[in-house]
Amino acid sequence: MRAHAEKLGRAGQYLALLAYLVFLAFPFLWLISTAFKPPRELGSLHPTWIPRHPTLANFRQAFDEQPLLHAGLNSLIAALSAALIAVVIATPMAYVMARNRGRLAAAATGWVVISQAFPFVLLIIPLFLVLKNLHAINSVGGLVMVYVVWSLPFALWMLNGYVRAVPPELEEAAAVDGAGRLRTLVSVTAPLLAPGIVATALFAFITAWNEFFFALVLLKTPEKQTLPVVLTYFLGAEGVADLGPLAAAAFLATLPSLVIFAIIQKRITGGMLTGAVKN
Amino acid sequence: MRAREQAGPVRLLMLAAVLALLVPLLAGCSDGGSGGGGVIRIRFQSLAWQKESVDATKALVKEWNATHPGIQVQYVQGSWDTVHDQLLTAFEGGEAPDVIHDASDDLADFAYGGYLADLGGLLPQRLKSDIPAQSWETATFDKGVYGVPFLQEPRVLIANTKILKSSGVRIPTPEQPWSWAEFGQVAKKLSGNGKYGVAWPLKEPVSVTLNLSLSAGGRLFVRGADGKARVEFTAGDAVVPDTIHDQVNTGKSAARTTLGMGGSDTLPGFFGGKYAMVPLGFAYRQQIVQQAPPGFEWTVLPAPAGRAGLDQGVSPQTLSVAQDSPHKKEAAQFVDFLLGPPHMVRLAKGDWMLPTGIEALKDPALHTAQDGWATGAALAPYLRPAPAQSVRGYPEWKDKVATPALQEYYSGAIGAAELKKRLVQDGNRVLARYQR
Repeated sequence: MRAHAEKLGRAGQYLALLAYLVFLAFPFLWLISTAFKPPRELGSLHPTWIPRHPTLANFRQAFDEQPLLHAGLNSLIAALSAALIAVVIATPMAYVMARNRGRLAAAATGWVVISQAFPFVLLIIPLFLVLKNLHAINSVGGLVMVYVVWSLPFALWMLNGYVRAVPPELEEAAAVDGAGRLRTLVSVTAPLLAPGIVATALFAFITAWNEFFFALVLLKTPEKQTLPVVLTYFLGAEGVADLGPLAAAAFLATLPSLVIFAIIQKRITGGMLTGAVKN
Repeated sequence: MRAREQAGPVRLLMLAAVLALLVPLLAGCSDGGSGGGGVIRIRFQSLAWQKESVDATKALVKEWNATHPGIQVQYVQGSWDTVHDQLLTAFEGGEAPDVIHDASDDLADFAYGGYLADLGGLLPQRLKSDIPAQSWETATFDKGVYGVPFLQEPRVLIANTKILKSSGVRIPTPEQPWSWAEFGQVAKKLSGNGKYGVAWPLKEPVSVTLNLSLSAGGRLFVRGADGKARVEFTAGDAVVPDTIHDQVNTGKSAARTTLGMGGSDTLPGFFGGKYAMVPLGFAYRQQIVQQAPPGFEWTVLPAPAGRAGLDQGVSPQTLSVAQDSPHKKEAAQFVDFLLGPPHMVRLAKGDWMLPTGIEALKDPALHTAQDGWATGAALAPYLRPAPAQSVRGYPEWKDKVATPALQEYYSGAIGAAELKKRLVQDGNRVLARYQR
């Protein structure tokens, strides 16, 4: 009887999970469907999931009208650079904050939390003026600086948790075995932090890849603009949109995130520390 | 002790890594570049977004650059969706484009804020006299002209020809339009069996209501002797809201579900015969041509007329020059080139809109019956400045007071008295804050 109830409970859990997955996937699937539909099907009173007359015309039009490849390359450079720099800066900072639990670390943690509370509209004009003085307006480099600063607090916060999960006893054991500080960090701590670093890098990448407003404000010339900015050029006044090409371009814009996530998701695995320390 | 000795190299390694990553990126920084060798460079931010209008605009920029080697124009793409925020930041940072494409209802804050150049002394007489006074009014603030209005669109009724003809109702023309009362009766006649005479897409109800209300003598905003604007809700202001409210809630001749929709969202229902008429901007014809099923017949009718005839409010697209531009004179020359009559026609056709220029409007291509061009062109003399666009505090009044009040009134959640109270009392409180 109890086993039967457990089975039912498990089935319910899977059902709920499936419903959640469908809920999450629905907009994306509809986006794909829209991307392959000709204009007349987009105006149909009874839309179908599978396009009746699938076409690549929306993709052709999207590429014809806007420099999607170039904008995608700009986005890729900005997002990869921002993710890499954010992780390189955040990892040692998070390590120090997690291991040295003094007043300074507490104050730094508090500041990180407070900095998350600033809305970006408050920052955008001062930021614009600072970057202008640095001659970093209208450059992907300037945008990367902003993205690094923008994602750093949360990256620190994430990595702080991962560092705390690495038992200090492992580092002490390495020191007892004669390993120096650098060797301990490189050979013992860093491998254990790898899943956290990958997850943080992914977060920083996706944040930068999808970011729109900073890119809109900071990049002036077409050859510097990123993909989210270029996507808005398919929108007209009063919310009118060139729906087919917009869907095609938006579908393509989601692909790099998916591909990168698929490649590195295996690195985001827990359990490496299981049994490392006997309590 | 040993740990401390190791910490030095670790820090150095990290610093070197960060610098190694940042230096090449910062090396790519630039300030956008300025002209060398005496060539003046002008940045023109265009909001053209449909393929035809982008092509037409880019072609005109290319023509200018070929014939003016000393003044080179760079085409920069902007977006209607984000233009206000993007311009605001660019103005504050002193990085605005020289020539700015926008709409007249977005100019007030920029004009009053001193970000736009007064074009009064910069434009040639040809252009000044080519555009009618009522169009210039839309871009005039405190006696200064801060934009050249060049494209505009009336709101029209797009109708299903078969349904209309089979019902036997009188087909309106710009010379003999329907009155608002007649429009109500026709919509009722075209309804039934799950179909509706009209579908009002009122996701953004304020501009539609205010602009159409001009036909019934509504003004809503009046200025006192002290020059301050205030809201007054007269019988003329009530005609359009009451018509829509009654169609949705009493006569059931208008679909309730479309009240929250944008114009494009109503098209599938229109093509499917669910709605006989849809009030839309003139430029929506392009989407209808693209998306209508084969054999679908549609026609363009004038919006109903009231005691002020066919008058309605519009906020034309504009071209402005940034106050900070070091090349205002050259920028104005480029604007004049872009808005020469044949060029204005190309831009108008590309955007499926009407040109404001008197000469451009005479072009035969804008008077053909096909796709309703002739009906739209006949409405051009009746287009007036949108009632609210020069009122300071209008955006807040619209977002916080008028939009929710009208949405609730149209859906039947509140009555006419409550609508009037909110628009006037709550509205005047908002406006007062901007006019102290």
